[in-house]
Amino acid sequence: MLDSFLTQFWPATVDGLSLGSIYALVALGYTMVYGVLRLINFAHSEVFMVGTVAALFTLTTIGVSHELSGVALIGMLLLVAVIAIVVSGVTAMGLEYIAYRPLRKRGGSRLAALISAIGASLFLQQLFALIVIPRLFDLPQVGGRLPVHSPDWVRLSDVIAIGDFVVRNDKLLVVVAAVVMMVALDQFVNRTNLGRGIRATAQSPENAVLMGVNIDRIITATFAIGGAMAGVAAALYLMRFQETNYFVGFLLGIKAFTAAVLGGIGNLRGALVGGLVLGLIEMYGSAIFGSEWKDVVAFVVLVLVLMFRPTGILGESLQQARA
Amino acid sequence: MNSNRSSAGILTKSRQTIGNRMQQIRDWWADAPRWARWLVYIALIIAALLLPASSIGSFMTPRSDWATVLFYPIGIYVALAIGLNVVVGYAGLLDLGYVAFFAIGGYSMAVLGTKFGWSFWEVLIVGVLLTSGSGLILGAPTLRLRGDYLAIVTLGFGEIVRISAQNTDAIGGPRGIAGIPHPPNLSDFEILGVKPLRYGLLDPRPYYYLLVLLIVLTIIFVKRLEKSRVGRAWAAIREDEDAAELMGVPTFRYKLAAFAIGASIGGAVGVVWATKVISIIPANFPFFLSATILAAVVLGGSGNIPGVILGAFLIAWLPERFRVFEDYRVLLFGAALVLMMALRPEGIWPSRRRQAELAEGTGGMGALGGEVGGPGGEVEAEARAPELER
Amino acid sequence: MRYRSIVRLGVALAASSLVLAACGGGGDQATGGGASPSGATEAAKTVKIGLMGDLTGENSGIVIPLRNAAKLALEEYNATNPATKIELVEYDSQGVPEQATALAQQAIKTDKIVGLIGPAFSGESRQVGPILEEGTIPSISASATNPLLSQNGWKYWHRIVANDDIQGGGVGDYISRALGAKKVFVIHDNQEYSKGIADVVSKTLKGSGVNIQTDVIDPQGSDYASTVNKVKAAAPDAVFYGGYYAQGGRLLKQLRDGGVKAQFLSGDGSLDAGLAKGAGGNNADGAVVSCPCLIDPTGKASPASKKLADAYQAKYNAPTAIYVGEGYDSATAFIEAIKNGNTDPESINKYLATIDIPGVTKQIKFAPTGEPTSGEVYVYLFKGDTYSLLGNAKEASKPA
Repeated sequence: MLDSFLTQFWPATVDGLSLGSIYALVALGYTMVYGVLRLINFAHSEVFMVGTVAALFTLTTIGVSHELSGVALIGMLLLVAVIAIVVSGVTAMGLEYIAYRPLRKRGGSRLAALISAIGASLFLQQLFALIVIPRLFDLPQVGGRLPVHSPDWVRLSDVIAIGDFVVRNDKLLVVVAAVVMMVALDQFVNRTNLGRGIRATAQSPENAVLMGVNIDRIITATFAIGGAMAGVAAALYLMRFQETNYFVGFLLGIKAFTAAVLGGIGNLRGALVGGLVLGLIEMYGSAIFGSEWKDVVAFVVLVLVLMFRPTGILGESLQQARA
Repeated sequence: MNSNRSSAGILTKSRQTIGNRMQQIRDWWADAPRWARWLVYIALIIAALLLPASSIGSFMTPRSDWATVLFYPIGIYVALAIGLNVVVGYAGLLDLGYVAFFAIGGYSMAVLGTKFGWSFWEVLIVGVLLTSGSGLILGAPTLRLRGDYLAIVTLGFGEIVRISAQNTDAIGGPRGIAGIPHPPNLSDFEILGVKPLRYGLLDPRPYYYLLVLLIVLTIIFVKRLEKSRVGRAWAAIREDEDAAELMGVPTFRYKLAAFAIGASIGGAVGVVWATKVISIIPANFPFFLSATILAAVVLGGSGNIPGVILGAFLIAWLPERFRVFEDYRVLLFGAALVLMMALRPEGIWPSRRRQAELAEGTGGMGALGGEVGGPGGEVEAEARAPELER
Repeated sequence: MRYRSIVRLGVALAASSLVLAACGGGGDQATGGGASPSGATEAAKTVKIGLMGDLTGENSGIVIPLRNAAKLALEEYNATNPATKIELVEYDSQGVPEQATALAQQAIKTDKIVGLIGPAFSGESRQVGPILEEGTIPSISASATNPLLSQNGWKYWHRIVANDDIQGGGVGDYISRALGAKKVFVIHDNQEYSKGIADVVSKTLKGSGVNIQTDVIDPQGSDYASTVNKVKAAAPDAVFYGGYYAQGGRLLKQLRDGGVKAQFLSGDGSLDAGLAKGAGGNNADGAVVSCPCLIDPTGKASPASKKLADAYQAKYNAPTAIYVGEGYDSATAFIEAIKNGNTDPESINKYLATIDIPGVTKQIKFAPTGEPTSGEVYVYLFKGDTYSLLGNAKEASKPA
């Protein structure tokens, strides 16, 4: 067990960070919505899934016919990402409008909101499985549940190769993109008016209103930003795995939410830390115990962390983000 | 969105009319003398026992066997919902991994029944003890966490149980366990064309009667708890844990008790289910089942047993009934959940206390942030304050 | 005032209970062992044969072809204007065991089928088998390959396809014999079928002195990086994957992308164009997939096979696919029984115990356990999006 871990340490680390970056980007959506609304947005996983479908549709419509690398790859990635960002962002806003706002206005409990979230998640999953995916990709209806593949658009090459430490271009790109988006978001939340409004609402909605903040607009913006991050994750996912299906959000969503809690829910930097740590734990756990136990390892670590640090690794919440 | 203003007329008025009627019935019920209530209870039990009639079945599930469906999913979901109601509805703990206890109960029956040759009744007792023990083990480290952390941890626990079962060859691995024994035949007496104490394969009704017995006993047990000091402590914890702690309620202990009791009910249901289906695999216990039972509890009216039963019944029966929409079943289910929560978040048949809590705005479980009225929005609670003095 | 309404309510409830009791008592029938009598009374004109499987779910691609083949066989038979016609009743279980059991109850008690083709999958077979036993309804499965199914002592259960033990043994032998592999990495996704066949392959190879390493992937996850890393570190001659094509294709892609060039093999769950699509590009070229089934769209295996291939193509405008031959043979077995005057389940079952006629895929003859007496394993080679028959696993050679 342990010797296999040592031989695979570097590949596991690289893969863990790469996987963890995707978790981190999706975790951002969970953590932001939780910070402002105290709601576990179960349907965020479907916001991600919708983004992957949009990204894949873009690729197949453009008709990418051969593998890209270097600048061409980054350019295509940007294009796909922009579309995914827009689609995911809009989906997230729509979700807020239809599934959560009515509840908010009527003083519904968090539990009711959670059920609504689960319902919305199921609805979106099935909608895509039964109608959207078959229509978009010209498949028989049964095919809506099967994975849909993109053309092979990524020329893989090893960017860094120092002995055992080998980093492939797509894996590196994922980590870089995630960090860039995280920094951008951090700056946004700390430096702009809208960001300040978000922090204020997270801290205390009543006082924010008194200070002239438009709560509804802030909440819409929060969902939109969280959705946009999921869109970036969707584009990166499509680069790494070149396929998607109606169910792809489910497991990833649970993992991402776990990452958000691990890092400290409501904390943006916590989402990044939580995501990367979870990715590493999964890879190391697989190497040591075998891949079938990796989820168990991840959850056990979560419980242990929460037992000793009940608010997560970084702990602080959105309202206390330092400038 | 200004839907509140424009539809305030028709929608709110019809809601209020139905609400008024239900209030009248509930007022009557609250004042009814003991013997009247018992009459109704007995009538309900008889009705439940007579439910598997094929004449009813031809309407309820024309395309599959009604008695089988009555056992699973309907009966099982109802029983599980009653159990989860203790955790979520009474104590206000967000449990997203309830299926784990169902699994532990099922596997207890499977392992003890096949590898050690125990009979159903023996396993029932041990299974209940095992699951309540696991409830204690899960609760001890995690119940000190805040509600939403508890949600993800319980979800994780549910998955851990399933994945561990899948990875452990000693209990069958992904193959699960087959050949689980039926309960022993108690007698061959026949009534109205059925042999209710003969547990074979082709007739699901004896198992259904067994399940009804379990449900009735559970309801009696849970109702007793609700009206006792334990129930009051749970209500206090649910509404405001800090205040309860300050008032001297040992919150941790009562939360743990709720967990263990809810777990033991789930385990008992698991034992009964396993003895009928005689073969189980880890894939029988997915997260989706936890989510479904939770939806049943909330949809029905969490905290209120008749509501929870109704919710579970509908959630289990409707997809079977509308098999015509085969593919679209889950889609419609999801849409129905969203719709119901938007229109009636307290559930179809909420407990009166919960209605009161909602009237005051927080719904007891903690409200969504950001619901404070701002420019362009308003908070509309179901204000029925005067009638809720009881 | 209140008391009157209470009494009224109580009386109403009691009355409705009694009414229900009356309906219930009359409508139910005592159930238990013994052949269903109505099968005999309907024998004059039409009997019903059921077909159960995943007809609309995500794995329906494996079941629909065999349904089509069974339908074809029955239509050919009914067209000869026999004394007893056969009606095919379809039960869509979506591969879910709970749905399958409720449907089986319905089939036996209400529809009164005299035989069942299926269930298609092993999971549902396991739950439905005991019910069919108690209802004494004979069944023939064209596609459920779990070896444990024949070890339950069932008397009414049969299958016409070789089980996974035989398939695993066949492909294991192929790997050591034809490929000459000395080191093999075996992967599965911890589902019942996947682990079953992977374990048999491992066991067979170990028996031939081959070095085995194993790992497990998550059927719901998409990142198999840790498994890929382990395979790379092990540098095997061949990789065998037990599981279905959705995961298999993904795994193959990640292996090839990760630089693993070893020969890739899998079992019948991967025998689908989806394997190549999932692998992307030409990553699936050269992959060898086994199956206890014979897929012979050009009909070169035998005249009967050609006849079926032509008829199937004519009726459905598609070439024969997985389990078509087996579906046709299952239906043929029931047809023969009914042709010979057996129209109730008990006598049909007795006939099946002695049947011995040539079918399209193999000799239609059952062992006392319900297994087919002959079982061949075939291997298929992938190129591009399609696969073609490479040969019988016992004789086929390494792909070029």
